[in-house]
Amino acid sequence: MKNGLGPSGGSIDMVLLDHGSGGLASSRLIKEMFLARLSNPILDELEDSAELHLEGIRVAFSTDSYVVDPIFFPGGDIGELAVNGTINDLAMKGAEPVALSLGLILEEGFPGQDLARIMDSVARSARQAGVSVVTGDTKVVPRGKADKIFINTSGLGLLLHDFPLTASRIRPSDLILISGTVGDHGATIMTRREGLGLDGGLSSDTRPLHRMARALVDELGPEVRAFRDPTRGGLATSLVEMAHKAGLSFEIREEAIPVRDEVAQVCEILGLDPLYLANEGKMIAVVSQDAAARALEIMESMPESDGPAVIGRAVERGVVPVVMETAVGGRRAVEMLTGEPLPRIC
Amino acid sequence: MCVAVPLRVAEIRESEDDLLAGPVALVEVGTGLQEVRLEIVDRMPEPGDYVIVHAGFAIHTLSQEDAAKSLALFQEAALAFDRAEG
Amino acid sequence: MPSLVSSAVFSSSISSMDKMDRRERVRLLASAIERELPNVEGRPVTIMEVCGTHTMSIFRHGLRGLLPPGIKLISGPGCPVCVTSQSQIDAAIALSQLPGITVATFGDMLRVPGSSGLSLAKAKAQGADVRMVYSPFDALALARREPWRKVCFLAVGFETTAPVVAATIRAAARVGLENFTVFSCHKTMPKALETLFSAEDVRVRGLLCPGHVSSIIGEGPYRFLPESYGISCAIAGFEADEILLGILSLLRQMASGRPRVENCYPRAVSPGGNPRAIAEMEAVFKAADALWRGLGNIPGSGLEIRDEFSAYDAASRFDLSPPAPEKRASSCICGQVITGKASPADCRLFSRACTPSDPQGPCMVSSEGACAAWFKYGGVRP
Repeated sequence: MKNGLGPSGGSIDMVLLDHGSGGLASSRLIKEMFLARLSNPILDELEDSAELHLEGIRVAFSTDSYVVDPIFFPGGDIGELAVNGTINDLAMKGAEPVALSLGLILEEGFPGQDLARIMDSVARSARQAGVSVVTGDTKVVPRGKADKIFINTSGLGLLLHDFPLTASRIRPSDLILISGTVGDHGATIMTRREGLGLDGGLSSDTRPLHRMARALVDELGPEVRAFRDPTRGGLATSLVEMAHKAGLSFEIREEAIPVRDEVAQVCEILGLDPLYLANEGKMIAVVSQDAAARALEIMESMPESDGPAVIGRAVERGVVPVVMETAVGGRRAVEMLTGEPLPRIC
Repeated sequence: MCVAVPLRVAEIRESEDDLLAGPVALVEVGTGLQEVRLEIVDRMPEPGDYVIVHAGFAIHTLSQEDAAKSLALFQEAALAFDRAEG
Repeated sequence: MPSLVSSAVFSSSISSMDKMDRRERVRLLASAIERELPNVEGRPVTIMEVCGTHTMSIFRHGLRGLLPPGIKLISGPGCPVCVTSQSQIDAAIALSQLPGITVATFGDMLRVPGSSGLSLAKAKAQGADVRMVYSPFDALALARREPWRKVCFLAVGFETTAPVVAATIRAAARVGLENFTVFSCHKTMPKALETLFSAEDVRVRGLLCPGHVSSIIGEGPYRFLPESYGISCAIAGFEADEILLGILSLLRQMASGRPRVENCYPRAVSPGGNPRAIAEMEAVFKAADALWRGLGNIPGSGLEIRDEFSAYDAASRFDLSPPAPEKRASSCICGQVITGKASPADCRLFSRACTPSDPQGPCMVSSEGACAAWFKYGGVRP
């Protein structure tokens, strides 16, 4: 098959890990396999959650699946991720999360005490976030047909403000904020992978962001243009996607991007870039220039933030969607991830 | 072709694996320690030294002297520049 | 990201330079370069770097934009992953598909395409046992832990990595492990440099020498370049300021008309290199011919495992002949792009038969190689 063209003429002949990584390969998969068949105005927006109007009530609806390996890691576990992740999808639309569903696919032989531990995390995370798990489903598959446990959560939230939060609302001179350090979760998972065996005291940043998101929207109203949580693909990928959606360019300052020392060091050792590593407890907020100072104050006052900062601004569309002034004063394009970030030796 | 970083040696000891025996350095990575092999390092490091680590092996032990030489190069470039600036 | 740890090493002595932070050093060096350039004749002044990590660092820090116009920075064949031939990838893939064999590899190798676009990552998706490791020692440890598994480590890299692999093979030999082998795709720099620079009409006048390869081999192996070919050489580190320092050294050498090998990375490179590492490498490996993707065969530029270690040589233990003959697109002009004689747009294959997802030569395999960069930015780097 030349260039891997499949029988249907599309360009995906087999599913690869890269297709799940959140980068360009994922985009291709979504476009060619899903949008090509399922297209509708809501889906086509490809936002973190879908906005539905139900007899005059506006709700946000979202789904996410969790297949992380290892399932237990410093800072959390797959249960916590599953609850916080879907809450955050809703929160990025400014929604007040109301209810979650919980779907489990369990591998035969999965230890009962691990399942109990994960369910404890689910319960605790949901309680702390003030959200209920209202429905669920469980399937068990034979040993080897699933990797220990896969979790899907779907969530429903109420949209209480009367303007949409979407990157299309971003205007030139708007400022781009991040709620804290980047790369923590991705670096933690990467160092736990078999064969890498690094430690370094890293910890996942998983946490629910809905209270912080609501606080910003409640006080600043439409001065808030859009939120995004930079999960797979990292900060860089989210910024590129937002800039594309906005039809603008973003100018970012590398020095302003908060990165923990230990994350930076592990990335140096493995040849990784923290800008491309997943975050599970951080949000990008794009706000008007006038509202930025207050937005930063609000973030700083909330426990969910972790060193919030203004990292850049939106400008008229230039040659590339995202341009970064590097820490040494140079300039470079920030591209979207092609596939999974891999450690390098060369 | 050389992703390698300087890391600080906390301790030198024998590898805990009897079959794959040999001296290893424990280097500081974040708040933890990582084992680094010493079979090909030029000078055996001591605790407190920095070693350049490539693919799990130390390939060079940094000395204060060499660090000073590097600084001197930059200094020389700076002086030349200052002189040229007038 | 600037190295926080190496800053600590720098800050151990007191000097005015030292108090200046890296950004300021970069600004100063860029100005010094701008000031020196008029003293060098001929435009553009073409400088080559031959290290994948230099290529990435130049890109990461946006250094090209800090250089004055008139300096042309070329990426040479310094990414050992990118110059690994299709037939070697094919052989590694074939090996990984054999029952009972686990191929352990550095992450970089996973996506490099062999013939027909197949890669180790795709083979893995189809069920081959391919694992990523950070160190060859991890592959050895795996073999030791799981004696029922035949572990083959795919050894790629230049002289920084070869001694590491050599030491790993020696450790396997001391233990007498029966289930561990190494598939050596190692290549060495000096012979490749000689081939590049002995070609006719080479435009490159200065070489940024790879910092960590030089930690191993020292300054000596580059001396033939200034002495026989008049090429200025500067061994450079990987931070933005260290790279600019190297470039400044090259310009000064060209201005003075006295090319030499200047070590601009003394904290990591001793003049004689690392004799212990060299000895280890020579004890386990011997020179052999090697096929470089896009450049063809370069005599004596590869490393093969010596007979006394044949028990650990995948080439002895397994049949590594490629399933199909090397399909080399004869129109690949990477060799000329690398030496500055041609630009990617001059190549007949560029963006047709040669794209980032189906690359022919190293200039396209490397995400920051000349052709990949040209493909992405349309010839205009932002």
